[in-house]
Amino acid sequence: MAQIFHRSTNFISRFSLFSAVFLVGLGLVGVLGLARSPYSTNQNVVRAQPVQFSHKHHVGDDGLDCRYCHTSVETSAVAGIPPTKTCMNCHSVLYADAPYLEPIRESFRTNQSIQWVKVHRLPDFVYFNHSIHVNKGVGCSTCHGSVNQMPLMFQASPLLMEWCLDCHRNPEKVLRATKEDVFDMNWKAPEDQAKLGKQFAIERKIRTTAELTSCSTCHR
Amino acid sequence: MTSASRSLLAACAAMLWVFAGGCQIRQDMADQPKNRPLSPSPFFDDGRSERPLLENTVARGSIADDDLFVPKESNAFPLPLTPELLKRGQERYKIFCSPCHGIQGDGNGMIVMRGMKRPPSFTDPHDPRLRQVPNGYLYDVVTNGFGAMLSYSAQVPATDRWAIIAYVRALQLSRNAPASELPPDVRDKLPKGDSAK
Repeated sequence: MAQIFHRSTNFISRFSLFSAVFLVGLGLVGVLGLARSPYSTNQNVVRAQPVQFSHKHHVGDDGLDCRYCHTSVETSAVAGIPPTKTCMNCHSVLYADAPYLEPIRESFRTNQSIQWVKVHRLPDFVYFNHSIHVNKGVGCSTCHGSVNQMPLMFQASPLLMEWCLDCHRNPEKVLRATKEDVFDMNWKAPEDQAKLGKQFAIERKIRTTAELTSCSTCHR
Repeated sequence: MTSASRSLLAACAAMLWVFAGGCQIRQDMADQPKNRPLSPSPFFDDGRSERPLLENTVARGSIADDDLFVPKESNAFPLPLTPELLKRGQERYKIFCSPCHGIQGDGNGMIVMRGMKRPPSFTDPHDPRLRQVPNGYLYDVVTNGFGAMLSYSAQVPATDRWAIIAYVRALQLSRNAPASELPPDVRDKLPKGDSAK
């Protein structure tokens, strides 16, 4: 009986088998990559707000401390979005007639909330707490990026679980020396950060990696 | 349609259903029907989940501030004066006051440079008025506002207001201290011409 398939089919069959595995792998990498990409995490996406508030102006140029507006960041789970009254502390005098700020004045007059668009949104099954991070020495800019250089607010970090765990496994690489450092937007890790961080972790009784990466630390 | 293609179609539909169902479950967990701080709520007319105080009610815990209330005319100071309180006051002063009053209390803060009404200096050696006002007066100004300054009671809790007042008193003292009252080691650091003051 004559051969049905030519000798070259051996190669083609092997090649297509390999390609199938390769393509499935590539697809998997593609899906995982997509889930981590800004397309899905909303990283670096600037949101339109009712008033285009500039952190660059207020923090970078004017030198306001984060806590002037985000008053509850040291004592509660949420940093707090300031009430319209906080805007009016200055803007009842400064730019008091600017059309740009009319939504602020309207909110102040009518006692209706300004509906700011949330930029850093965690799923409801994550119980993040600002105060514990701030009080143990994790700086604002570690997660929020250089807010003092952001004319419009965007999410500088992916906020993926693996990103959280990255720090929970090695907290010493981000721990800062003083409260002042924590709120310093231009903080850079000193050269002996690895040594200092370990020391801060012991002094401040930071929990062990096993505890910090336990499910119930963040999911309750 | 052959039976093979029909079963393939059924399998695809089943997979799609599982997939879509799976996505649905994921979203339910991420968007739970509960309110988080400052989240919007369609339940109330004003769209807020955080409710304002009802008329004639007080917030839990606000009674505690009663102990810290000092009348405008009184010079009493309701907390023990400690270095920690002064440190706290310094930190809070930098955050909430220095934008207008300036880091030295002279009224030359950054926001004033931007056009805010200039507050009077409370450390001015030539104008003792604000150095002589009672503590209760300062507490009243921080709590209820004065002139162009709105109330800071929502941003600064009562204990912090007193910490700030303690620090302001320290600033006033330090900006107006005669050289003769300085400890000798500090006095030696003064430029020679100034020690006579």
